[in-house]
Amino acid sequence: MSLFSGVQNWLNERFHWAELIGPLKKKAVPVHKLSYWYFLGGITLFLFMIQVGTGILLLLYYRPGANEAFESVQYIMTRVQFGWLVRSIHSWAANLMILTAFAHMFSVVFLRAYRKPREMTWLSGMLLLFLAMGFGFSGYLLPWNTLAFFATKVGTEITGQVPLIGHSMMVFLRGGEEVTGATLTRFFGFHVAVLPGLTTLLILIHLALVQYFGMSVPPGLEARWKAAPGEAREMKFFPNFLLRELMAWYIALGVLGALAAILPWELGTKADPFAAAPAGIRPEWYFMFMFQTLKKIPAKLWFLDGEIVGILMFGAAGLLWMLLPFFDHLGRGRGRRFIMGAGVFALTYIIAMTIYGYMAK
Amino acid sequence: MATWRNSGLPRAVILVLLLPACADLAHAQTANTCLDCHSALDPPRRVSEEQFAKDIHSQKGLTCASCHGGDPTKADLDAMSKKVGFRGKIERSQIPALCGRCHSDGAFMRQYNPSLRTDQLSQYQTSVHGKLLAKGDTKVAVCTDCHGVHDLRPARDARSKIHPLNISQTCARCHADAAYMKGHAIPTDQFEKYGASVHHDAMASRGDLSAPTCTTCHGNHGAAPPGVDSVQNVCSKCHVFQEQMYEKSSHKAAFQSAGLPGCVVCHGNHGIIHPTDAKLDAGPQGVCMQCHSPGDSCDQARAEMLSGLTRLDNTIKDADHVLAVAESSGMEVSEARLEEDQARDALTKARVTIHSFRKELMDHDIREGFKLAAKNMQAGTSALAERDYRRRGLGLALVFIFITVLGLFLYIRQLERSAPKT
Repeated sequence: MSLFSGVQNWLNERFHWAELIGPLKKKAVPVHKLSYWYFLGGITLFLFMIQVGTGILLLLYYRPGANEAFESVQYIMTRVQFGWLVRSIHSWAANLMILTAFAHMFSVVFLRAYRKPREMTWLSGMLLLFLAMGFGFSGYLLPWNTLAFFATKVGTEITGQVPLIGHSMMVFLRGGEEVTGATLTRFFGFHVAVLPGLTTLLILIHLALVQYFGMSVPPGLEARWKAAPGEAREMKFFPNFLLRELMAWYIALGVLGALAAILPWELGTKADPFAAAPAGIRPEWYFMFMFQTLKKIPAKLWFLDGEIVGILMFGAAGLLWMLLPFFDHLGRGRGRRFIMGAGVFALTYIIAMTIYGYMAK
Repeated sequence: MATWRNSGLPRAVILVLLLPACADLAHAQTANTCLDCHSALDPPRRVSEEQFAKDIHSQKGLTCASCHGGDPTKADLDAMSKKVGFRGKIERSQIPALCGRCHSDGAFMRQYNPSLRTDQLSQYQTSVHGKLLAKGDTKVAVCTDCHGVHDLRPARDARSKIHPLNISQTCARCHADAAYMKGHAIPTDQFEKYGASVHHDAMASRGDLSAPTCTTCHGNHGAAPPGVDSVQNVCSKCHVFQEQMYEKSSHKAAFQSAGLPGCVVCHGNHGIIHPTDAKLDAGPQGVCMQCHSPGDSCDQARAEMLSGLTRLDNTIKDADHVLAVAESSGMEVSEARLEEDQARDALTKARVTIHSFRKELMDHDIREGFKLAAKNMQAGTSALAERDYRRRGLGLALVFIFITVLGLFLYIRQLERSAPKT
């Protein structure tokens, strides 16, 4: 008896392992020319796992606090064995994770994978994307460098513009009226305790929903396969799809390693709260489209404050985007066309404003 | 029964009717009627209300009569009668004394500005301007030439003629005018030279209001050229360490005995440019060989000092370059960058030590600089080695990843070939 079957028997006797993993063995993944979009969710999950692993390693040396944070990251980068690699991978993986999450979201929109019965899968995915952006926003400040300090100041100031609750939210985020060491400690708490807890819970829900409903097939193909079941193609999730996913993870790992070794994430200069804000303060790239929009909105729109109008518009657009699956069946195809149009517009707008934000002086 | 006449009402009506006239009367008593006419006259008699309102004296409540005498409450030419103390246009020779009536009176000035000095007139009397004025030369500067008149602003006001940024232009109005300065045996190129100097650059380009301008070295009210012996004291107000070194050097006594004006011998005066190591050169840019002979012991020391500075400068630049390459490769070298500043400080210190004209002192600073630059060079080289190590590691990792992906690909193909199609 091999070691593997010995362990399997041991688990079977105690936990009925074969029954537990039974559904996984039966799980199949549809095969068609757009199947490769299915990998994006898995790659995002892989990058999240990288984040957890490298994050734990960074925790061994990182010290939250206005007087220590920058120096501890500098220590990690220069003195700790492979500290530079761990920190650079953590930073690069964070950005790649948000990029793949965005790509995953738009693939779901354009393949209409959000449609009934997968509305809750879409909602949980959207919440995960918001949490990932929260990870990015809170993690950006942790090295306590100049750029992060002032970007956080601007970012939390924008939060403060939200009508009625804005100021309270800003004070809650900052731990006071200004960005100080208290903000850093607070962001650290969000980054390593609150957000990982919520994200893990939501990932489990998201995966359970994916497992429960199975992979979505594009509607046209689904109708064709329904009409001619013989044409339907699928592969076993285990091991066929999982092995392919593993290949994608390895490639992602290679890309991460190359980025970390060739373009190590820079540290910048230590934040000085009493210094004037340097020129070119900007948020992380995934907030750039919102930042640039708010910059370009006129100070006054009729009698309303332009920035407040912008924030409310983004809030409303985000809410509508989250409720997208519920419009799909409306108006005999009109809802569907509206969603496609909104998807194309959102993608174009995000790309264009991000590029504009980086090119504008 | 009270009648209309004794009810008091008629008196009230008369009072109301007379009120505007009373108000006019009150206005006439406090108004400065001089401006009524002088604002309509042509220059130089013209003084507009707007112009005078900006004058610090006007803002403190002084009027035309405070300087010119007369009675500004009179609306006709009686205001300018000698009977009411009218002095008219003040003679240039009388201006310092007139200003001094208030500005030399500590008790009076305390009411307005307790911190303002009250020795301007006595200082002025010691100045070249004051002495020449006393001899009857009315072309020299008097108070109003520098401070302005009728729209006089405090020195802290950037529009004031005596604001640090404007002083050199104020002095240049006379001193750069060769025709005006005719008869005075001094050059008129000071302003032009100053405009090209490192001091002017600091003031005008960098906005450093503490940088030297004319009055910093010559004084203001007591303006005079610093004497040969006092040049060193003037420069040392800012260049403290250089002065300390020079004070103990052999050049101090040598320059004194030769009647040479200290710092100016090597650096010049109005047109001081940023000194470079080329000042130690034996060529035309150098200053040492103006007095020393080629091949003497001082010439040898000069060459060695120049060589030390040049070598340290080059070593620091080399380390800078290596650190810049490492930094652009994404390596974290901020600590070495910081220490590079210290190496540059050592070089600056060595350049200051030149003023001691003692090679052994300068060698000490240069050695310190070399130590720091070598350490930084080592840090840069190590960072580049580490960068190469990382890239080799990456190459190896990518090979492993490629082999694994290829293995997975082949395994999947084999798996799917052997399994029945679904």
